[in-house]
Amino acid sequence: MNRLHTLFQKKQINILSVFFTAGYPKLNDTSFILKELEQNGVDLAEIGMPFSDPLADGPVIQHSSQVALQNGMSLKVLFRQLSGIRQHVSMPLILMGYLNPVLSYGIEKFLEDAHRLGIDGIILPDLPPEEYEEQYKSLFEKFSLSNIFLITPQTPDDRIRKIDGLSDSFIYMLSTSATTGTRKSGFDAHRNYFEHIRSMNLAHPLLIGFGIRSRETFEEACRYAAGAIVGTAFIEAISHDEDLSGQISNFVRSIRLK
Amino acid sequence: MNYEVSEKGFYGPYGGAYIPEMLVPNITQLRQSYRKILESEEFQRELQQLLRDFVGRPTPLYYASRLSERYGTRIYLKREDLAHTGSHKLNNALGQILLAKRLGKTRIIAETGAGQHGVAAATVCAREGMECVVYMGETDIARQAPNVARMKMLGAKVVPVTSGNKTLKDATNEAIRDWINHPEDTYYIIGSVVGPHPYPDLVARLQSVISLELREQLRKKTGNTDPDYILACVGGGSNAAGIFYHYLGHQAVHLIAIEAAGKGLDTNETAATIKKGRPGIIHGSKTYLMQNEDGQITEPYSISAGLDYPGIGPMHSWLYETGRVQFLSATDTEALKSALELTRLEGIIPALESAHALAALSMIPFKSSHTVVINLSGRGDKDLAAYTDYITETEKPNQ
Ligand SMILES: Cc1ncc(COP(=O)(O)O)c(C=O)c1O
Repeated sequence: MNRLHTLFQKKQINILSVFFTAGYPKLNDTSFILKELEQNGVDLAEIGMPFSDPLADGPVIQHSSQVALQNGMSLKVLFRQLSGIRQHVSMPLILMGYLNPVLSYGIEKFLEDAHRLGIDGIILPDLPPEEYEEQYKSLFEKFSLSNIFLITPQTPDDRIRKIDGLSDSFIYMLSTSATTGTRKSGFDAHRNYFEHIRSMNLAHPLLIGFGIRSRETFEEACRYAAGAIVGTAFIEAISHDEDLSGQISNFVRSIRLK
Repeated sequence: MNYEVSEKGFYGPYGGAYIPEMLVPNITQLRQSYRKILESEEFQRELQQLLRDFVGRPTPLYYASRLSERYGTRIYLKREDLAHTGSHKLNNALGQILLAKRLGKTRIIAETGAGQHGVAAATVCAREGMECVVYMGETDIARQAPNVARMKMLGAKVVPVTSGNKTLKDATNEAIRDWINHPEDTYYIIGSVVGPHPYPDLVARLQSVISLELREQLRKKTGNTDPDYILACVGGGSNAAGIFYHYLGHQAVHLIAIEAAGKGLDTNETAATIKKGRPGIIHGSKTYLMQNEDGQITEPYSISAGLDYPGIGPMHSWLYETGRVQFLSATDTEALKSALELTRLEGIIPALESAHALAALSMIPFKSSHTVVINLSGRGDKDLAAYTDYITETEKPNQ
């Protein structure tokens, strides 16, 4: 049992997850942002581990990643910043990023350190589920870390079932096949897809991500899933050179009333 | 030793498909169909006819007598520079668009560094009447201007890329992002033996026509299909893959790959991936890449836009590790000097990329009886600005 399992046991609707890039806007904002998110009622947080070549990300997260790296962010620095985080923050925490820096750090050491610091889940979009199953699943289990997989409107049903079978907390459902920060379309076009996934009665809850940037889109997503994930819109909201605490609480309130 | 790609897409430990879920449906479709289509008689009939009548194949094998005299050995040039559009890149772009058509795709995207692959993609799109979008770094747009003009005339949309060093790596990122955002109608014609499986194998197969022709041409000219040495430059490694392909199992043939050392291996301005990199993941493939201690990809440098890439195709990582291919490197200056030398000795202006392969001639102790083949991967029209600067610099009258 990790905190993700507890969360999804307690709560099945209106879950709000927020993604941000560690080291942005300032190198040492990480634990402050986490505390503020929790105080404003956010249910879980995804801490982005910046990468030089984020090929599934749009301009906003590309930029935040670049600034974070220029600020000196790295996995070593991030883990130092997160030591002691569990004295202040009790919501589930997820690390999300690309595979190369994790391989470079050493995947077992990465999982072990993440576990020691109180991390609950990992999202590595470029780690194939097949390779996870063959090579890493037992390590994730050893360190009580949930690996979270993505599905898109183009993912075939048999693969969704397989991913459901490999999951152990929730599934990250993309509203559309796109890089992050897309504003391609409203959700209307995806209603059939959402309905279809719901009708599959998967074993694990879903959080919808990509394109969630307002109360309307959040509420729409919550009609089809256990909740939703906000990334780009949050990063944009904290990009102004002002009071970080105020920007965070204004943003969270603009998405979901407590 | 097995140099073929495995069922799962690996060369030894290298290769694979480390891609986000958004790309999985397209990559799966390609993986499941590419061999069946490539090996079908009807595909081969169309491809072979176009390789002959449109690309101008077979490209000649030319005995470079004055160059041979200079280096005291027997040097042949495989004249990919004489292929339509001026490089080997068309072999691949043509094969891939015929594949894309059979997969029902209507929109083509491509990345380009030197612009040769972009021109090849734009060319085959014009022929098929397909929409073509080429991603190209701003640095490369500036240094390969003639190719940008060609792509535009061919009707392609050239999208400037402004991230990173604004070169090939960044253009590839942007092409992949485009594909993620267009999951249904779009086919990505990748330009080298890089990217997720099955691209490295697909591109190597399409380029393997080079060594297929070479065997026959050498047999006719020398009585032996196998030379002693084959030299090719490597960016991603497609022209090298093509000219090595049918010789991989022939251990007596020395295969030499030449990387771009940029300003030198002892500087940070280099693109010599094998020499300066270590294994990791780049553009969906496990392979050698240049990265810092935190696993962040570092920006490469080479005067040659086509070699200015921090990764290398996964098959080459394996060929390096197994010792099948020897890796050398040539600096900017060595490449420029060799380009001018070939031009003045043989009347052939090579691409800056190919000039790196020529630079290796002075690094290997050939015997006079050796047969040495250099893959002259492209012609140098696109590089005239760089050559003119070099000539002005080196040939200025003594004061
Ligand atoms: C003429 C020429 N040779 C070589 C290359 C390098 O690519 P590869 O290593 O895939 O052959 C390029 C790339 O643009 C090129 O234009």
